[in-house]
Amino acid sequence: MSDLALTLARIQFGFTISFHIIFPAITIGLASYLAVLEARWLMTKQSVYLDLYHFWIKVFSLCFGMGVVSGLVMAYQFGTNWAGFSNVAGGVTGPLLAYEVLTAFFLEAGFLGVMLFGWNKVGPGLHFLSTLMVAVGTLISATWILASNSWMQTPQGFELIAGKVVPVDWWQIIFNPSFPYRLMHMVIGAYLATALLVVATAAWHLLKQRDHASIRKMLSMGLWLILLIAPLQAFIGDMHGLNTLKYQPAKIAAIEAHWENKGNEPTPLILFAWPDMQQEKNHFVLEIPVLGSLILRHSLTEQIPALKQFAPQDRPNATIIFWTFRVMVALGLLMILLAFSSVWLRLKQQLYQQPLFLKFAVAMGPAGIIAILAGWFTTEIGRQPWVVYGVLRTAEAVTPHPASEVALTLGLFVIIYLLVFGMGTRFMLRLLKAGPSTGEALHGDAISPQLDHATAFTLAPEFHPETKTPASAQSAKHQAGTQADDQSKDQ
Amino acid sequence: MDLSLIWAAIILFGIMMYIIMDGFDLGIGILYPFFKDKSDRDLMMNTVAPVWDGNETWLVLGGAGLLAAFPLAYSVILSAFALPLLLMLMALIFRGVAFEFRFRAKDSERHFWDKAFTGGSVAATFFQGMTLGAYLQGIPMSNQAYAGGSLDWISPFSLFTGLGLLVTYALLGSTWLIMKTDGALQASCYRLSKHIATALFAIIFIISVWTPWMDSRIAERWFSMPNLLWLSPVPLLVGLCFYRLQRALSQQAETRPFLYTLALVLLGYAGLGISIWPNIIPPDLPIQAAAAPHISQMFALIGALVIIPIILIYTAWGYYIFRGKVNRDEHYH
Repeated sequence: MSDLALTLARIQFGFTISFHIIFPAITIGLASYLAVLEARWLMTKQSVYLDLYHFWIKVFSLCFGMGVVSGLVMAYQFGTNWAGFSNVAGGVTGPLLAYEVLTAFFLEAGFLGVMLFGWNKVGPGLHFLSTLMVAVGTLISATWILASNSWMQTPQGFELIAGKVVPVDWWQIIFNPSFPYRLMHMVIGAYLATALLVVATAAWHLLKQRDHASIRKMLSMGLWLILLIAPLQAFIGDMHGLNTLKYQPAKIAAIEAHWENKGNEPTPLILFAWPDMQQEKNHFVLEIPVLGSLILRHSLTEQIPALKQFAPQDRPNATIIFWTFRVMVALGLLMILLAFSSVWLRLKQQLYQQPLFLKFAVAMGPAGIIAILAGWFTTEIGRQPWVVYGVLRTAEAVTPHPASEVALTLGLFVIIYLLVFGMGTRFMLRLLKAGPSTGEALHGDAISPQLDHATAFTLAPEFHPETKTPASAQSAKHQAGTQADDQSKDQ
Repeated sequence: MDLSLIWAAIILFGIMMYIIMDGFDLGIGILYPFFKDKSDRDLMMNTVAPVWDGNETWLVLGGAGLLAAFPLAYSVILSAFALPLLLMLMALIFRGVAFEFRFRAKDSERHFWDKAFTGGSVAATFFQGMTLGAYLQGIPMSNQAYAGGSLDWISPFSLFTGLGLLVTYALLGSTWLIMKTDGALQASCYRLSKHIATALFAIIFIISVWTPWMDSRIAERWFSMPNLLWLSPVPLLVGLCFYRLQRALSQQAETRPFLYTLALVLLGYAGLGISIWPNIIPPDLPIQAAAAPHISQMFALIGALVIIPIILIYTAWGYYIFRGKVNRDEHYH
């Protein structure tokens, strides 16, 4: 096994899983969002929720399809490229993956068909159940795969017998030390990424003067969610960091680019630097004294472990993860800023009008996805050179294919992913640009088959009116129109 | 009871479900070139759009089950067939996204995703078939790892099994369409099915002669006494099913052609199973030798035995919801 082939195999895994994770993250968020929308629709019968449901389900099914096909690659890549890993650790990761397939993948796939195509086939109750099952399925899936990943980061509950991992206690394996933090961090990350996408879409339409109830609804709902979970995410991230410090100190030392402890000096926080793995030092350092100790030890004096305490072959690459970590944190702070400024604008009644804020919201659209990728790069590159931490090294896990073969498949993956998922992104942007059409709810589907039922819809009074209303909701338009005039005079 | 045997049965069941279910929806992609009209193609795709994703999940179960219960077999088989399997997965990407992309594409772009759907279905099937053939021919191992080359999977036999699987899936697809459509589209499927069925019969015959000729152990399995007596119903039933299938097609039966095709596929699958038994990696690694630790097999088995029946129930419910002929104007997109 040449170093080149190992590097190529790692790049191939990193590349395929980086593309893959984007789609499940969005589907986790959108599935829950769709369940909430459908529940609100059933509770209130306000057409705005059904409009939004019909709009976001298109984006959802696009992402879901891409998630399925890119995920299938992952399930087989463990074997095709990482035979050593499957053979040694398959006793633990295999059953966890099997449970994910049995309890999540089938559930999602089984109910997805009804969710997408069943409007005229089942009643509203069964349809809602299907949406709910798909949403629950995405969360179950996240639970199993994060149990597996967390076990690889902080393994316990097993013995090594004849060089192979033999499970001893499944409870300990699943609820390993980093699992709760990693699961919460990822699920909230997925919700944040989705909410940011929803908010950015709404903001873009508002900037284009396409202002109606469903657009405002999605902006408002998304921003409430971000307000709730962006600060929570920072808190969970902090706990996750402390957990990592306890179990993977080398990762934290590399994230902080902290090479050595001088005397009893507390650890500074390095804001900017270029860590140099060869020379074992940082270039261009900008640091704040003591802050590192304060953040990671919640103390003014206590030091954190330094990189030089670990043998050079056991150090993760600080040059990369110092930066990926900072990208994630910076984006998280911007999300909190977005959430807080939305509260300010709500109080001033300018949430839907303030152009600077709306532009900020559009720019933050991809921030959640980038933060998820940056976070995963940090934690995965940070556990190197181990694939199962302290148990199996990455170099021992790889299948000894010739470098040329790995290069060939890597090249094909790069071309195909860029083409297929590039096109997928284009289709998604096209959908987002078209936006929700008002009155999709009024076109008569399983839930509102009769139009007289539909004309009874009224827009919730807390919303400013839409500029364009379907013909079949004339009365609602009339009422709303007068309100709009009143409000525009007020401002 | 030996857990390894139960797990082998579960994995065989999962792969069988995959072959049948993804078989007919890959078959539709394979048959695309015979139908040029856009509304025909929309309709064909809509017969499987609500279920294809669940169908493909059986392939993930096959992989995950193998990893859980037989990690050694998973690592060796997947390393040996890394190239054809990765190529198959890439093809499945094109096939899978085509379901969405085809409907989202502008008129000028659609031809590309039509080709992606056909090309993806054909390539995925062909590489699956080649992998199957190469697997039957055996995998050289040393020291718990694959000991062959990157291109060992290419042989006249595996090329032939690749072709064989294409024909198998095409027949599943065309008889599925007979069941789900009517009018001119259905009439074309009757005509196509007759030819494809004949081709499949020829292929089953050739493979039945080729495998024992290629491998003396397989020959001994089938032709020694008393096995010959026990196993003789398999080829006889194949002949009977083929005859009944052709008759059902002539009588323009709606459901029976698909059922007889299923029976043919199951018999073929059973025949291959008999040839390999009791090895998990031919030619000579038995099932037990690749087993995961007992506790791993046990833990996953509890889940499998409880959950698979539930999966079958809601999968059947899904098929029931979308039963009957597919209407031309009814689709979600």
